[in-house]
Formats: sequence, structure tokens, C-alpha cells
Amino acid sequence: MQQIINFVIRNKTSLLFLLLFGISLALTIQSHSYHKSKFINSANFITGGIYDKASGISNYFDLKTQNDILIEENNRLRSQVFNASDSTSIISIDSISYSGRYKIQSARIINNNYASSKNYLTINRGEKNGIKEDFGVMTSKGIVGIIDNTSNGYARVLSILNTKSKINAQLKTSDQFGSLEWNGKSSSIVQLTDISKFAPVREGDTIVTGGKSSIFPKGIPIGAVDNFELDISGDTYIVNVKLFNDMTNLSHVYIIENLDADEIKLLENPVDE
Amino acid sequence: MNSLNLNSIIRFIVLVLAQALLFNNINFLGNINPYPYILFILLFPVNNNRSLFIFMSFMLGLFVDIFSDSGGVHAASCVSIAFIRPAVLKFAFGMVYEHQNMKFNNTEFGNRLIYFSILIAIHHFIMFTMEIFNISNIILILQKTLFSSIFTIILCVLISVLFSNKQR
Repeated sequence: MQQIINFVIRNKTSLLFLLLFGISLALTIQSHSYHKSKFINSANFITGGIYDKASGISNYFDLKTQNDILIEENNRLRSQVFNASDSTSIISIDSISYSGRYKIQSARIINNNYASSKNYLTINRGEKNGIKEDFGVMTSKGIVGIIDNTSNGYARVLSILNTKSKINAQLKTSDQFGSLEWNGKSSSIVQLTDISKFAPVREGDTIVTGGKSSIFPKGIPIGAVDNFELDISGDTYIVNVKLFNDMTNLSHVYIIENLDADEIKLLENPVDE
Repeated sequence: MNSLNLNSIIRFIVLVLAQALLFNNINFLGNINPYPYILFILLFPVNNNRSLFIFMSFMLGLFVDIFSDSGGVHAASCVSIAFIRPAVLKFAFGMVYEHQNMKFNNTEFGNRLIYFSILIAIHHFIMFTMEIFNISNIILILQKTLFSSIFTIILCVLISVLFSNKQR
């Protein structure tokens, strides 16, 4: 017993090092597995508050760009409204918007990372605004990510620039779908994998969200095809997609809540008896 | 408990906030960020309580992790360089360190540069390895380590020269 105590006292620095290194290794591994990084995240009271204060100041330097983006969006929406009024007489059975019950909220980005390989954003809406996990986040130009962690006043967004992110996406012109991933290299290029090699992919084609998940509605723009190649197996394409969004300059975002998400999930994963 | 004085605590808070609000958002040439918060570990007084020093390094890394949503990568790399610091000190400063009375302000610039470079390179290598966590991306890890290290070394040297209270 004496020897054990002596051993601990003699090597207390090494043991402390091993303990702390083990803890941080465990936290790292936990953050690499999807939807488990619960403890270490920036959506808590202290860090959220500090980021909120800091972005309150830095927002003023960006007002002009953000105004231009808003005007551009207003223009687009207004032209949609005017053009739609012509075609009200035409009865169209639109099979795309099959269950479109979505609730939209606006939010402001208070922290934006895009330099590492696991990027997250923090927004200034949280549980008190009804935000929950697995809500989609988009801007007027395209998708940004999925909410993966919430606190009372803040929420953390798993950016599409995160090697853990996997979002269902498809070509705008055909229904061949694949999953949108990121290889960690460029902050303006993401990869669309598992697109069948029979799909009519051309450079410049638009990539939109597919309606296969219960997070995003179908047809939100993501980006345009930059180039594509067959993957090693030779059966599917890997498509490099240039994002419409400038992920390095985001300020105002919309949060999409699918009101039918619970029902769809219940249907797809029935509770075991 | 003289080693953990007010000076160290202020340095801790200022460096964490500077890292979170300023240095994480530099993104030079797209994705190169410096990590000068490890100046806290580099310039921690030498004649210290070693367990306390390792624990403070862990807390420093953990706070930066919380701010930058990176799991435990900063904590792991900070603990590692805190653990191997005495060996690097001995290598870089030699006799001055052996006499146990060195102060960083009085050391030679060349020695200090070697000391900074070794610890920063090790820190960045561990950090990027754990962040990318995929050994098939070793080229990307080395590339990020190299560029960020150069950036961090320049900033650390500048900051330490700027804030050293050397009498002249």
C-alpha cells in the first residue's frame, strides 16, 4: 500500500497529464461522432453572451453589404409576386409541395467559423424562441446548416462546411439524389456524392435540396456544378458544387421548422413494441 | 502559491478572449488562423508548481475549445506541450535553465525563437491531427501545421517583444 502511494506521489505530474489528456481525447472523440457533442459547445450562457455582445458591435461594419443582400432578396420576391398574379387562373397541381407546412423564423449569426474542418455557427435564437435540434438554417441564397445544439437563448448550427454534415440533395433538372458532404478543403466548394453515373450532370447545373429528409423543404438552392468525376468504384459521380452562399460572410439567416417532422419521424421509425 | 498570481490570471482571460473574438476570425488566405493564446503556456513562470501548471494549461485549452466548438483538441494539445515544456526549455536554453533562475525577458532572442518554434510546431501538429482525425489526410495536416505555425510564431514573438518590460 505504502509503495502504491509512493508511486502516485512520485509520478503525480505524469498521472495528472495522462488523466487530463485522456479527458480531452474523450471529448475530441465524442465531438467526432454525430450528435453527441453535448458538453463542449458555444451555445451556452457565457460564450453565447460574449459572442452576442461582440457581434452587436461588429455588425455595424457590415451593414452596407447586408442591406444589399436584403434588397436583392426583396427584388427577387417582388418579381415572383408580380409574375405569380398573372398565372393565378391556371390551376396547377404541384406535386412538389406535397406537405409544405413550414414555419420560418429569422435569426442573426453571432459566431461564424469556416477555417477548421469541423465548423459550427452560433445564432442568437434558442429554446425560448421555440428552436429545437434538427431545424434547418438557410439564407436568402441557399442552405447554411442544421441546428445541432440549443441552450435557452442561443443555438449552435452544424455548418455544411463540416466533415460530419450530410444533407440530402439532388439535381434541379432530374430527380437523381445524393448526399452533400464536405472534404474540408475549400470554404466555397462542397461535394455531392452518390449521384448515379446515369444522371445527366452538366457543368453549371443547379443543385437543390432533395425532399428526402424532414429538415429542409424540397428545392432550396445550394450551388452550381463546378466539375465532376467518377469515384473509385466507377458507379457514382463525385460532383464538386460551388455554393451560392458566401459562407465567410453571413449575418441574417432563416430557421426552418418542419411542422410535420415529428409525424414523419414517427412513421419512418415506429416505436418498437 | 506565488506562481499563480494576478498577472497570470489576467493574461489567461485576455488571451482566451483575444483568441475567441479576434484571432479565430483572421482566416488569412481562406483558412490560416494563428493561435497565440499558447503564449500563456510559453511564458508561464519557470519555477512553478508543475501539477498546477498542467492543470491551468488544460483549463486554457478547454476554454478555447468551448469558444471555438472544437471538442477537446486545444485542451489535448495544450496539456501535451505543458507536459513536455521542461525538456524543451532544457534543450533551448541549456545552462541558463539548469540554474533555475531564468526569466524570459533576460534570455537571448535566438534561444527564445527556438523555444517558441518547437513548442508551437508540436502544439499545432497535435491539434490539427486531432481535429482532422484522419491519417489519410496527413498532407493536409502537415500543410495546416506549417502555415499556422509560421503565423503563430511571428505573432508570439511580436507580442512577447511588445509587452516585455525590459529595462534599457
